[in-house]
Amino acid sequence: MNDQSIAAPAGRKIPDRLDSPAKAAVFSWPSLLLAVAVGIFILNSFASPYFLSPWSLSDATFNFTEKGLIALAMALLIISGEIDLSVAAIIALASTAMGLALQFGVDTPGLVAIGVLTGVLCGMFNGFLVTRLGLPSIVVTIGTMSFFRGISYIVLGDQAFKGYPDSFDFFGQGYVFWVVSFEFAFFLVCALVYYVVLHRTNFGRQIFVIGNNPVAARFSGVRVERVKFILFCLTGLMSGLAAVALTSRLASTRPSIAFAWELEVVTIVVLGGVSILGGSGTIQGVVIAAFIMGLVTFGLGLLNVPGIVMSIFIGALLIGVIALPILISRLRQRMAK
Amino acid sequence: MSILKNLVGAAALSAVALSAGGAVAQERIALVVKSLGNGFFDAAADGAQKAAEEIGGVEVIYTGPTSATAEGQIDIVNSLIAQNVDAIAISANDPDALVPVLEKAMDRGIKVISWDSGVAEEGRMLHLNPSDTALIGETIIKLAADYLPDGGDVAILSASSTATNQNAWIEAAKEVMPEKFPNINLVSVVYGDDDSVKSTNEARGLIQSYPDLDAIIAPTTVGVVAAAQVVTDMDLIGQVNVTGLALPSEFKQFIDNGASQAVALWNPIDLGYSAVYLAHQLVEGATAEPGATLSIGDVGEITLDDTNSAAMAAPFTFDASNIEEFSKIY
Repeated sequence: MNDQSIAAPAGRKIPDRLDSPAKAAVFSWPSLLLAVAVGIFILNSFASPYFLSPWSLSDATFNFTEKGLIALAMALLIISGEIDLSVAAIIALASTAMGLALQFGVDTPGLVAIGVLTGVLCGMFNGFLVTRLGLPSIVVTIGTMSFFRGISYIVLGDQAFKGYPDSFDFFGQGYVFWVVSFEFAFFLVCALVYYVVLHRTNFGRQIFVIGNNPVAARFSGVRVERVKFILFCLTGLMSGLAAVALTSRLASTRPSIAFAWELEVVTIVVLGGVSILGGSGTIQGVVIAAFIMGLVTFGLGLLNVPGIVMSIFIGALLIGVIALPILISRLRQRMAK
Repeated sequence: MSILKNLVGAAALSAVALSAGGAVAQERIALVVKSLGNGFFDAAADGAQKAAEEIGGVEVIYTGPTSATAEGQIDIVNSLIAQNVDAIAISANDPDALVPVLEKAMDRGIKVISWDSGVAEEGRMLHLNPSDTALIGETIIKLAADYLPDGGDVAILSASSTATNQNAWIEAAKEVMPEKFPNINLVSVVYGDDDSVKSTNEARGLIQSYPDLDAIIAPTTVGVVAAAQVVTDMDLIGQVNVTGLALPSEFKQFIDNGASQAVALWNPIDLGYSAVYLAHQLVEGATAEPGATLSIGDVGEITLDDTNSAAMAAPFTFDASNIEEFSKIY
């Protein structure tokens, strides 16, 4: 059989989706999220006179870029049907490894390499346990979450590593151009790379296939275990990079660093429209969701809203954004009957 | 499009509701605490408000993260920088991690002081200790030792293992013990992370691991309540004495039922009050340098030491004779 025998007859177009591309783009999840983001941006500008200043907006980016970096890789992992809850603990371990290296006089390039490498090794460890031993990722990573952070606590106890070299400050406190921080620029570059990987490569298609039906994927010749292993390594890598940025921003390491960030990362991914059951999602959505989280927390912060109210607000936003489309489709079904 | 309408509508409503509160004053001083929902810091905020009223023309912004993390406080400091407040008075969750963001605040002309739990020297202009570290360390051991004339085993239930002030007090307590309290034996230090559930579990663990334990010392307002509740629940009143640093209003019932003989604390109202006075003077142009003497209103005055820090007052002991009176205040 050759390709031509399954091609559509000339002159007849068979659409692969029912809505027109323009309509689909307008009503897609990322577009709706973008509208929400713009709405929040406008509301913030009205609510606080301090919001619309370049430096304020620049400061606002710091509260989501590190989490956003991890969310990019986490999105791929969740689309493939797995999850990694140990990401915050990987930050702690990678940061501790950098702090240890610092005690031996390692300079900035070495520190970055060690931080990133520790992240990748942690990711490989998770990947090995999940793909080779066939353990469920949620169980494995809840385990490694305590394991990785536990090592940090053993190394540091109630102490802190500090005294990072001045050149190391650049990764979390430096600016590449005017108010554009290095962290933020790096996040945008990574977002672009992840967009291409997920939406424009065979590897990306394989991730979706695995998430939708791992058995069918395997029968189609997709090396499911290998893809998943790579995704765990990528998540570890991004956690390592986030560890470099955060450690630089805090200019110190404590074992409690980035505590409970895993849930915020998963929140960004889910808010970004990635199905928690796997199989669907977009990088655009995740990037916009990261912005929304940043804008909401910073905007409420400018109004000096207590943190307790803020977490209620974010919880409500998440439930609202996730539940509304489901409710609407139910309502439509009922009306159609 | 109804998703959008609903979301934006909800956001608009809450934004309007939230922004309605703030009035513009000439001088804005932010009181940043370790975490909200803590009676100690609420009392400090009352004191800060009192100072603001006395000085006049000062607005106090009372804020803090939900959970006691350095990252949460950094986000808050960022938003305070954006609001261009005149001064930030912070009780820090981490002495080092907050330094870069507080340096940024000072670069942009904001006066920064730390109080209660300090920030490393380069991250603030001055630090106000609630009391002297050595004095607190001695006081927490003395509170237990006073009721153990023949000596005995004590354990410490602290806040998080990274909490600056708790660690300093415990160190000071260990230093003073061999000399002044030779027959008191410190068997263990455990950490309840200022979380009621974790503190309760740690207190139970202590009692089970050390059956001869005579006293639990909790130098944290959350831990001391949890420990006293455990002692009450396990019918160990009279065997295990709970002591430490406690808010009188939260702790009164345990002095009343005998789970505790006495506890101590400085006055958080005075602490918040003094912090605002100090921040205000820096905004007015006073310089913080070693040897400088600054007024803290009704509380008195402080003199800065070599590290630009100063102690406010000695801890105050609450027992059956005065708990009733102070529990009504804070």
